[in-house]
Amino acid sequence: MIYLDSAATSLRRPEEVIRAVCEAMRVMGNPGRGAYEASLQAARTVYQARREVGRLFGMKDPSRVVFTANVTEALNLTIGSLFGAGSHVITTCMEHNSVLRPLYRQEKRGASLTILPCDEKGRLKYEALEQAVRPETAGVICTHASNLTGNLTDIRRIGRFCREHGLRFVVDAAQTAGIFPIDMEEDGIDVLCFTGHKGLLGPQGTGGLCVREGLELEGLCVGGSGVQSYLKEQPSRMPERLEAGTANVHGIAGLLAAVRWLERTGISVIRERETKLAQQFYLGIRSAEGVTVYGDVEDTLPENHAPVIALNIEGAASDEVCDELAQEYGIAVRGGAHCAPLMHEALGTAKQGAVRFSFSFFNTEEEIEHAIRAVREIAEAVLHS
Amino acid sequence: MRKKELRVIVSFSTTTQAIAMEEAAVSEGLEGRLIPIPLQITADCGLAWSEPVRTKEVLEKVLEEKHLEYDRMTELVI
Repeated sequence: MIYLDSAATSLRRPEEVIRAVCEAMRVMGNPGRGAYEASLQAARTVYQARREVGRLFGMKDPSRVVFTANVTEALNLTIGSLFGAGSHVITTCMEHNSVLRPLYRQEKRGASLTILPCDEKGRLKYEALEQAVRPETAGVICTHASNLTGNLTDIRRIGRFCREHGLRFVVDAAQTAGIFPIDMEEDGIDVLCFTGHKGLLGPQGTGGLCVREGLELEGLCVGGSGVQSYLKEQPSRMPERLEAGTANVHGIAGLLAAVRWLERTGISVIRERETKLAQQFYLGIRSAEGVTVYGDVEDTLPENHAPVIALNIEGAASDEVCDELAQEYGIAVRGGAHCAPLMHEALGTAKQGAVRFSFSFFNTEEEIEHAIRAVREIAEAVLHS
Repeated sequence: MRKKELRVIVSFSTTTQAIAMEEAAVSEGLEGRLIPIPLQITADCGLAWSEPVRTKEVLEKVLEEKHLEYDRMTELVI
């Protein structure tokens, strides 16, 4: 199988990630639940993971790095905490449902929402930001890259805007963490939500949020913390404030190994390879008759575009194209809707969906050539059917 | 049971603080170790650093220079 669905999850990971998970399952206890070696080893691993993940995003204090089961949980926690009844939130039509649905829920609870539009290439209309601000605006939340088109958001520009206007800035880095540089301070980010299993190359079931110094959020859950057992509420100190129950130590051990691998390899090296493969694919299919590519790839690849290419072939249903790719060519990609309803509407693909190819450091040029041939052959078959 | 002796005990309100202490202590060559927080300090659960009294000054220096956060420092026979 040729795996080109890394925007959904990383299938190939460094061997040391798998080894780290297995080793953790053999030797690690529950972190913070004892002073015996198995528990301490788990606590040390979680601490090191906080530090290494935080360092990747320019965070100095490991206690401000909080682990969750995934980026969706991190986003729910953040949105529920920052954007309550009476507040106004600005977001974009590029968002994934992991941002939109928690926002819609807050809307039902009395918050109000402005969604910034995109143009026909899915590019955000930044000029709409200024007009969207109201006296009750609490903040801006946006994705760093569309999971559908791969278009990047200029988070530094929005971060600067938020600082100038005294707004909170929340970034969903699901598609960019581990691939593009992100710096909490320089990008003006208050809360950065990340997943561990995509660009960071860790196991599924890992994710989290980095919270700027001085900003206090409320956790989704309360419960066991390993400290201050007689308090009736969750301890106020970070990270226990936002983490209740046993951590996913086995997953976090894998995430730590993955981040160390990323640091050794260099995220710029990873990004260059992934976007080069995306560009190879794009250049190979762009002239194929009947193929429509979405997003701003023409202008931004390879430097300023996530390694994602979404396309359609004439009027062919995207799920059928995906199935053809899987069954006849052994290529794994995602079709249909991509949990990004507003982006599909903006691109005019709400009914057809889109076929999304997303690339990994571990893909080869030969695999990309195979995918190009497959798309061209399917396009020819569709046009002559 | 081990023989009891006077120790310096530094207690923490988060596991993160305790592990940060341990990491600093190891790099600075302190002799102590993490222990379950003694009941004489609090009935709550958690971790504390236990250090021989004779190296208390080094411990204090490490806490200050590394800007380590902790709840309290006390001497106990444990």
